Amino acid sequence: MTPASRIHPVERWLWPILATAVFLLLWHYAVLWSGTRIFPSPREVELGLSQLTHRGVLYRDIVDSLRRVAIGYLAAVGAGIPLGLLLGWYPAAEQTVNPAIQLLRPISPIAWIPVAILFFGVGDDAAIFLVFLGAFFPIVITCVDAVSNVPLIYRRAGSNFGLTAPQVLARVVFPAALPQILVGLRIALGIGWLVVVAGEMIAVNSGLGYLIIDSRNSGKRYDLVVGAMLLIGIIGLALDAVFRRLESIKPVRWGFRHES
Amino acid sequence: MIRASADSFTGDAMPRASAAGKLRVENLGVAFQREGATLPVLDDVNLSVRDGEFVCLLGPSGCGKSTLLNAMAGFLQPTSGQVLVDGEVVRGPDPRRIFVFQERGVFPWLTVAGNIGFGLGKLSREERAKRVQHYVQMVGLQGFEKSYPHELSGGMKQRVEVARALAVNPDVLFLDEPFGALDSITRMVMRSELLRIWEAERKTILFVTHDIDEAVQLADRVVVISARPGRIQQIVDVDLQHPRDISSPRYLKLRDGILSQIGLAHRI
Repeated sequence: MTPASRIHPVERWLWPILATAVFLLLWHYAVLWSGTRIFPSPREVELGLSQLTHRGVLYRDIVDSLRRVAIGYLAAVGAGIPLGLLLGWYPAAEQTVNPAIQLLRPISPIAWIPVAILFFGVGDDAAIFLVFLGAFFPIVITCVDAVSNVPLIYRRAGSNFGLTAPQVLARVVFPAALPQILVGLRIALGIGWLVVVAGEMIAVNSGLGYLIIDSRNSGKRYDLVVGAMLLIGIIGLALDAVFRRLESIKPVRWGFRHES
Repeated sequence: MIRASADSFTGDAMPRASAAGKLRVENLGVAFQREGATLPVLDDVNLSVRDGEFVCLLGPSGCGKSTLLNAMAGFLQPTSGQVLVDGEVVRGPDPRRIFVFQERGVFPWLTVAGNIGFGLGKLSREERAKRVQHYVQMVGLQGFEKSYPHELSGGMKQRVEVARALAVNPDVLFLDEPFGALDSITRMVMRSELLRIWEAERKTILFVTHDIDEAVQLADRVVVISARPGRIQQIVDVDLQHPRDISSPRYLKLRDGILSQIGLAHRI
């Protein structure tokens, strides 16, 4: 293996593109040689997706899915970070609510679907609630952990300069914990994107998850099923890439290992 | 009589203040509870430090010298006795007394300028910028104002931390083995820099070290602390003018005196 630093810039793009091309070719010939009438070839997937694009359905589904993730995720960030910071700051409070958090955390958001529908009915709110649940616990738990990992020296320095407890939390503990919090936020966004697809299969009538289940149920359109799956993968990758860029901004860069 | 009143008119109250001591440690004892047992760390420590004095606390590792410094700074409540600064009992940390950690205390999420200005939140933007610039120059970090700590060497980070402490204009500086993590050449440079700054600003400095040479090169007085439980074993007056000739007979005599006090042989 060549060390990452010695790879030519062109190669960084060339090999992944080549690998993807090989994958598509394998897929194409596997469909051709097996003689399957149900599983689509890459070309059929492309045709199916472009049909949907022309009818404007695809765009609407993508926007619906992204909107649900955005609302549910931002609510989880808005509630999870302050709660996590406070629980990390007051260990007694953390010990009090920790059993409840640990009990709720391993329950898959999918298991919440019936309860979500009971609370919110079939619609946007149920899906948003599921995204919120999926993202909330990882955010709270990484925040608690990140705060307890802040070196005592930083807190002492903060109080030495005359900061009050809330000021130490805002000006010392939060920025010191931010790199680790960002890692938690990134994982939580990934989970939110996983959950919205599952939620849309049951709780709503639009979005990429609904597109998958609807295409299967109405005439076994597996070209659209596979197309929606690929789109979910691509959008998930893009969301993660945006987050990775945040890790290199200066005030948090110290917390991450970079090649340079 | 006339002289005394003349002194007070010029604001020179130094003699009286120093008689009382800028910082006094009275019958200080610290014990930690560990697995049900009481572990005495410091026992009956008494010390008086004059305003503007440079005092080194010297002792083997684990003797409690850092604990003593933390108690003086107010980060640690003593089990018995008390610490007084200007006659006032120390009950917690205070911006008038700044603790300088090894360079690990620099905030990695702030730039050099952001770190140095950290304690200046109450000043206006212009005043803060002016003060920051002054101390950037004092510690010789011009051109690095916008750099982040992870882009700096260990010695530069230590300069940032000293500048951050000086910027809030404290009376007392506590330094806990500040140059311990630096290489020996950088350490020598930093010592003379610290002396230069101390002569310019005349802060009271309490400096913890386990390095005998460092103590004798820097301090007006060296407080030798015995192994646990820490007690003051001896206080050595270093009657040498700065800059000190570290090959002069007097320097060597003082150093060797402390060496034998600690119980170390003169040969390895």
